[in-house]
Amino acid sequence: MRQSNIMPGFGQTLGFTLFYLALVVLIPLSTLIFMSFKLSLSAYIDIITNTRVLAAFRVSFGAALIAAAIASFFGFIIAWVLVRYPFSGKKLVDAFIDLPFALPTAVAGIVMATIFQPSGFLGKLLIDGFGVQVAYRPLGIVVALIFISIPFVVRTVEPVLKEFDSAMEEAASSLGATRLQVFNKIILPNIFPSVLTGFALAFARGVGEYGSVIFIAGNQPYVSEIVPLLIITKLEQYEYEAATAIALTMLLVSFLLLLVINLLNRWMRQRSGQL
Amino acid sequence: MNALVQPVKQFKKEQIQHATDDPRWVRYTLISVSLSFILLFLFLPLGLVISKAFASGWQAYWDALSEPDAQAAIRLTVLAAFITVPLNTIFGLASAWAITRFEFPGKSLLTTLIDLPFSVSPVISGVIFVLLFGAQGWFGEWLIAHDIKVIFAVPGIVLATLFVTFPFVARELIPLMQEMGSEEEEAALSLGASGWTTFIKVSLPNIKWALLYGVLLCNARAMGEFGAVSVVSGHIRGITNTLPLHVETSYNEYNSVAAFAGASILAGLAIVTLVLKSFLEWKQGRRL
Amino acid sequence: MSILIENISKHFGQFAALDHINLEIPDGELVALLGPSGCGKTTLLRIIAGLESADEGRIFLSGEDKTGHHVSRRGIGFVFQHYALFRHMTVFDNVAFGLRVKDKKERPSETDIAKKVHNLLELVQLDWLHDRFPDQLSGGQRQRIALARALAVEPSVLLLDEPFGALDASVRKDLRQWLRNLHKELHVTSIFVTHDQEEAMEVASQVVVLNKGHIEQQGAPADIYDHPANAFVSKFIGQTNVLNLNEDNVIWLKTAGIAVDDSKGNVAHIRPHDIDVKKADADSDSPVTLKDWQHLGSLIRVELYRPQDNGSGTYLFAEMPNERFKLLQLNRGDRVALHIKHAHWFNS
Repeated sequence: MRQSNIMPGFGQTLGFTLFYLALVVLIPLSTLIFMSFKLSLSAYIDIITNTRVLAAFRVSFGAALIAAAIASFFGFIIAWVLVRYPFSGKKLVDAFIDLPFALPTAVAGIVMATIFQPSGFLGKLLIDGFGVQVAYRPLGIVVALIFISIPFVVRTVEPVLKEFDSAMEEAASSLGATRLQVFNKIILPNIFPSVLTGFALAFARGVGEYGSVIFIAGNQPYVSEIVPLLIITKLEQYEYEAATAIALTMLLVSFLLLLVINLLNRWMRQRSGQL
Repeated sequence: MNALVQPVKQFKKEQIQHATDDPRWVRYTLISVSLSFILLFLFLPLGLVISKAFASGWQAYWDALSEPDAQAAIRLTVLAAFITVPLNTIFGLASAWAITRFEFPGKSLLTTLIDLPFSVSPVISGVIFVLLFGAQGWFGEWLIAHDIKVIFAVPGIVLATLFVTFPFVARELIPLMQEMGSEEEEAALSLGASGWTTFIKVSLPNIKWALLYGVLLCNARAMGEFGAVSVVSGHIRGITNTLPLHVETSYNEYNSVAAFAGASILAGLAIVTLVLKSFLEWKQGRRL
Repeated sequence: MSILIENISKHFGQFAALDHINLEIPDGELVALLGPSGCGKTTLLRIIAGLESADEGRIFLSGEDKTGHHVSRRGIGFVFQHYALFRHMTVFDNVAFGLRVKDKKERPSETDIAKKVHNLLELVQLDWLHDRFPDQLSGGQRQRIALARALAVEPSVLLLDEPFGALDASVRKDLRQWLRNLHKELHVTSIFVTHDQEEAMEVASQVVVLNKGHIEQQGAPADIYDHPANAFVSKFIGQTNVLNLNEDNVIWLKTAGIAVDDSKGNVAHIRPHDIDVKKADADSDSPVTLKDWQHLGSLIRVELYRPQDNGSGTYLFAEMPNERFKLLQLNRGDRVALHIKHAHWFNS
């Protein structure tokens, strides 16, 4: 409270902040909750347990989970390489990691679809070589989400890896540990919470992702239809209540998952004495 | 002495593997995996945009972009960014000032709420505005009675964009200003500077790179937003199509050149953003 | 176990961190590598450990050439400057680490590991902290845990990088003595790096003085103090008054009781306690006056001023026990007569 005596502008800035926050974010977001009050519980359950809706949830959460896991694996390797190994062109690569953040999702969407469609550059290769079709299948959703997820993992792991005290590695080594033991017992336990955080961020983004997915997904109900698309479909059919119920559920489930992962992360740090 | 030195020279430059070094094969494998991944997922898409955009030559590319619908889409995209970026910048400055320079109850809740739009799916960000202002929405009847169009019109697009780009400036400024502390500002105030002068002459120079960075990210997202805008826009060609929506429409109509010509502008925007971002990081890294 | 360092050189770019270092350390010694920062002492320690590779030269431990051996295969224990405790492991797991990563054939059973770890923790008097994490320990406690961890693998050589560098002054004092006693008990050949000459003199049985990548002198602490090999060592170890042998100083030194011999060198180094101070008699022509004094605990340091013919003057420092200073009953500005008992001669 010491500062408030001297620093000016408390009333104005906080007032504007709250007003603007309420106007742009809180009031619009709360309509989702108020609208859902119009529904009875049984009506809500009917909407949510509809097989098409359940299938969409399965597709959205499943694909985001798999994509975040794959992105965590490769993202960790990329962060490791960027922090640990010298190679030419590193600066460029490092700057480009953020491309999925900066590239509008619609562009990512049509590009991914074009590359992986059966006649596309990689799509043809994969069909001819392995008989695997990526585009217009659930696999396509996973591929698009990996693209979106990568920077989340790299950018959370990278700083932690940079800060990591390499004297710990030297200490472990001097005590007779092999390089593999050093990695498993010293590096991984210290870095893993950050990988998990990256995974959580990627997963949360993946669940709600729309633009980069719809072009490659094929959008076949029950098979490759994601929740955001289903919400739009309901809206376009003027089924506002269904759209509200599904949107609210998705919001709550992703918040819940984020909360669980944050708690897990906290618990892991606590267990490893980092809190 | 010579006898002692001689054998030593033979072993000169014997390299041991350092404690923090990985074996060579591990290094090369990981670098190859990373580079292939990045090549496949990041560089290939960019290359594809360019090649597809120019697939039918310069003229077709130019025609696709100068066609009236494309021009309208570009204008609308710029307009939306032109409105939303300054508003969210002012908000970012105000909220960062309030949060980092004062203690008040509920501060951490406020910080969490500011980040909220990031954890909301873009589609839901659009849906909430339809629920508010759509024909069957909260204010639907009142808006129709007064002949005001929000949804499927420019105001809706602006609102949805405001929502999704809401936290960008604030979340760059808050940690920086927190870390900086208020000593410099207190010094200026104690020397008799007014609050406004203190902000312009002391605070702003210290946060300008972070501010620019936030503005840059905010702008990139404002111009590139697809999901939220797609819900509220109604896809009326030439009127409510932003550039990303124009790309979608063209792609779905199998007009590859138009789609990728539009995409090339957005990709260019992304590249410019990345370059400026690296530049700002370099600037800030130097300063701090 | 003995350590033999043969012709070790190390360059960082153009900078020669170590320049053909030869050093032999007999079994069971506690050696201090002493030198100013940037003299190459830490680099040498890391090369002995295998954490760094030398450009040339060889390292023998117990007569065995270990030059190309990885740090994990050298049988050394290394205590890092900032301890490098594994922050995600408890104190117990930290100390047990070296035993648990051994090959299946050599690895002791968990009960044996537990027994050994507790013995070590008792040795460093911290068994009661076994389930804490490093972040919950004080600096001195971390230091001792780091030592216990290094000792767990029964290293043939113990290497410590600035072991007291990151500690508070009071903790440092205690730990010095503790380390010396521990070494007496265990008798493992140990090398520690320090920039603090007092610490080196107090703890080590042998001191190696390094400067700019060279060894300046090696010997027992008393030896190095009493017989510094060169001006650098003389100045670095303890305090000294430096006198250039110009004509004026030569004449004055004679009156103070030191015979000057050109052949010994052109600079005289005089330890403060080698200067005897007494009140000048009324008929004495000594030009030296007492400027000021400071209490250094049991000793008094007196600041002396000697005006010279050209109008300038030189300051000298002398040290004497408290008692003696009281007896002299000196005041600021008093004229004093000096008798210099001993001087070291060097060529500059």
